[in-house]
Amino acid sequence: MSEKEPLFSSKNLKLLTDPVGTNNPITVLVLGICSALAVTVKLEPSIVMALSVTIVLAASNVAISLLRSLIPPRIRIIVQLVVIATMVIIVDQVLKAYAYDVSKQLSVFVGLIITNCIIMGRLEAFALGNKPWPSFLDGIGNGAGYGIILIIVAFFRELLGSGTLFGYPVLEKIGLYNTGYKDNGMMILPPMALITLGIIIWVQRARNKDLIES
Amino acid sequence: MKSFSNTYIFVFSSVMVIIVAALLSFVAMQLKPVQENNIKIEKMQNILASVRIESTPKNADELFEQFISTSFVLNENGEEIENVAAFDVDMMAQVSMIEAINKQKSLLTERNISPFTKFVSSFIKSKELDKYQVQSAIEKIKSDRELPVYVCTKEDSSAYYIFPLRGKGLWGPIWGYIALESDFNTVYGAVFDHKGETPGLGAEINQGWFQANFRGKKIFDGNTFKSIEVVKPGTVAVNDFNVDAISGGTITSKGVEAMLFDCLYGYNSFFELKKN
Repeated sequence: MSEKEPLFSSKNLKLLTDPVGTNNPITVLVLGICSALAVTVKLEPSIVMALSVTIVLAASNVAISLLRSLIPPRIRIIVQLVVIATMVIIVDQVLKAYAYDVSKQLSVFVGLIITNCIIMGRLEAFALGNKPWPSFLDGIGNGAGYGIILIIVAFFRELLGSGTLFGYPVLEKIGLYNTGYKDNGMMILPPMALITLGIIIWVQRARNKDLIES
Repeated sequence: MKSFSNTYIFVFSSVMVIIVAALLSFVAMQLKPVQENNIKIEKMQNILASVRIESTPKNADELFEQFISTSFVLNENGEEIENVAAFDVDMMAQVSMIEAINKQKSLLTERNISPFTKFVSSFIKSKELDKYQVQSAIEKIKSDRELPVYVCTKEDSSAYYIFPLRGKGLWGPIWGYIALESDFNTVYGAVFDHKGETPGLGAEINQGWFQANFRGKKIFDGNTFKSIEVVKPGTVAVNDFNVDAISGGTITSKGVEAMLFDCLYGYNSFFELKKN
């Protein structure tokens, strides 16, 4: 990966890794919470959602970055919205064609990627002022930071709520039910997503004291 | 920041919108065949589920070929219409025909006409309602109806008849399939689905527990068509002609009841022909 030094310089790599850790859009900036709570009942839709957001974010970042000197500042928000909406519709159409079941599970949440604050935030804060390549990395990084939280939350919710992972009955196979264990139905409901997310934020801040606000 | 002239802004916006529109229409057209195929497969899975056959998107096509031996389209008199494929009948159009018929019928009974409508129509029409005209209007709509029937033959060569349903829920359309045994009376299985009913309430109609209630119910009391009522649990003794509604999903439950009655009512002549 590192034979092209300028492409992955330490500054560029930081764009990729920062949003996954210390500058995570969900746990640190607390953006995009709504969809993070809604689609994390099962792992599969969460991964599809994470991929969709990453693709939309990276593609919109690149598009806005390429157009950045052409976009009149007075209508830049509208231009950003048009670009995001276009990407979202394309992703939605592709999912309907090639991942019909998942697209039915995600239902309105694919369309609602448009309103995901992370995307508008990155376009406004980063893509408008940076070259396409860093913008692309920034998009991928923020998408990954969003996605990894989604996947962690979904992992616990699916495992503890339904006793499955990717629909495969893990707990049943290892014979946990014979010992009298029961799935916690509460995990399937949105409040537990919020609590799981809260625990993740807690763990992250306990490990990284810099993140604690004074 | 540079400043841009108004002309530039207008041109920029117009060009952008045109490019985006072209791009989106291109994508939509390219993906349409695949998306339609998905919908077709889902329909096959629903039809199979009504006769208690589990299928996956991959084997739905195959199982459909194997079990759904024939399908045909009937008119209101129970006669077969040729050259119309059951799978392609537009159920949405059928629903609007049912609605139109019910509206005409309500003119005959005059129960549901509001005083305002009565007042207005007294100016437009002659005061006496022309019953003959209403009758002929109903007959005309009825002659356009297309009623699909799918016949499923299982391994033990028992035959089941599947009737598509479509109606209104609380927020949008609901639809489903009901399978009758060869006595054209006992329900073998039913599936329902919806566009956007309330999750946890009305949306429960697509869940197994609700659909399983319908098994073994009857749609005829002796020789009278009764359909199946969806009743509030505990208010009426459970019998062959009712099932428990979903608590909190009353309007959707009532929608299911109305859908069953309206859609199956059209097949009445067919049932009578078959029974005798």
